[in-house]
Amino acid sequence: MVQYAQTHFDASFAALSDPTRRGVLEQLGRADASITDLAGKFRMTLTGMKKHVGVLEQAGLVTTEKVGRVRTCRLGPRRLEEEAAWIERYRQLWDARFDELDKVVEELKRKEKVDERKKRE
Amino acid sequence: MNARRESEVAPMTNRTTVERTSERELVITRTVNGPARLVWEAWTRAELFRQWWVPKWLGMTLLSCELDVRVGGSYRLVFAHGDSEMAFFGTYKEVVPHSRLVWTNEEGDGCPVTTVTFTEEEGRTLLVMHDLYPSKEALDAGGGAADAMAQTFEQLDELLVTLGASAER
Repeated sequence: MVQYAQTHFDASFAALSDPTRRGVLEQLGRADASITDLAGKFRMTLTGMKKHVGVLEQAGLVTTEKVGRVRTCRLGPRRLEEEAAWIERYRQLWDARFDELDKVVEELKRKEKVDERKKRE
Repeated sequence: MNARRESEVAPMTNRTTVERTSERELVITRTVNGPARLVWEAWTRAELFRQWWVPKWLGMTLLSCELDVRVGGSYRLVFAHGDSEMAFFGTYKEVVPHSRLVWTNEEGDGCPVTTVTFTEEEGRTLLVMHDLYPSKEALDAGGGAADAMAQTFEQLDELLVTLGASAER
């Protein structure tokens, strides 16, 4: 999972290193757009824009959907980062619970020892 | 002799891990410093369970805690949540003393079935909890809910820090 996160981070970094791709993300932040729209706005060929969108898609920053002959692009959910955040908070909750459980078990062990001693006396 | 035994049981904090192992499943692990039969007791006797299930920093009050730990038996926890009450409840599906406990969470649709196994090794117990959700969407939503809850606690933490700082003045 850590490995996956690292790969994902590298891909995001590479995707964001290009000014056109940063522009595409800004544009998609305002509204969804087709590859043709984007190619027009950035004065590029369709093939060139497809390559940029492909890189963004691989990084999870953009998702695309083809309906009929039009491929629509929108911002990706970037779920990995959100998920990592709530899993970490959930881990903290359980960590705190188990710390308290350790104390309860420690107390039970102490009581058992006292009982054993009493039995021997 | 006694001194040696004391050092063997010196308190030690173990790491808690949480991993999403599939679209529908979360797995939580932790080793507790005690034999399985004592960890089992802490998990199944209400007066012990309530001492640890709600860590103090959560800032929630457990009003009541009823655990009827047998197959088909139910549990019910009621918390004070602001001015209202919040209940968590469900049914025990499998009960294997000192080894395995399975229960449902029935607060609403999309709640997971939880399995916890107790594995003892050299006087310590490895706990492995599986939360199996009915769907990927339910887990995503559950995570969101847990996150919202955790954020509330963080706000509470901040409040406590502020209160602590002003009390020191």
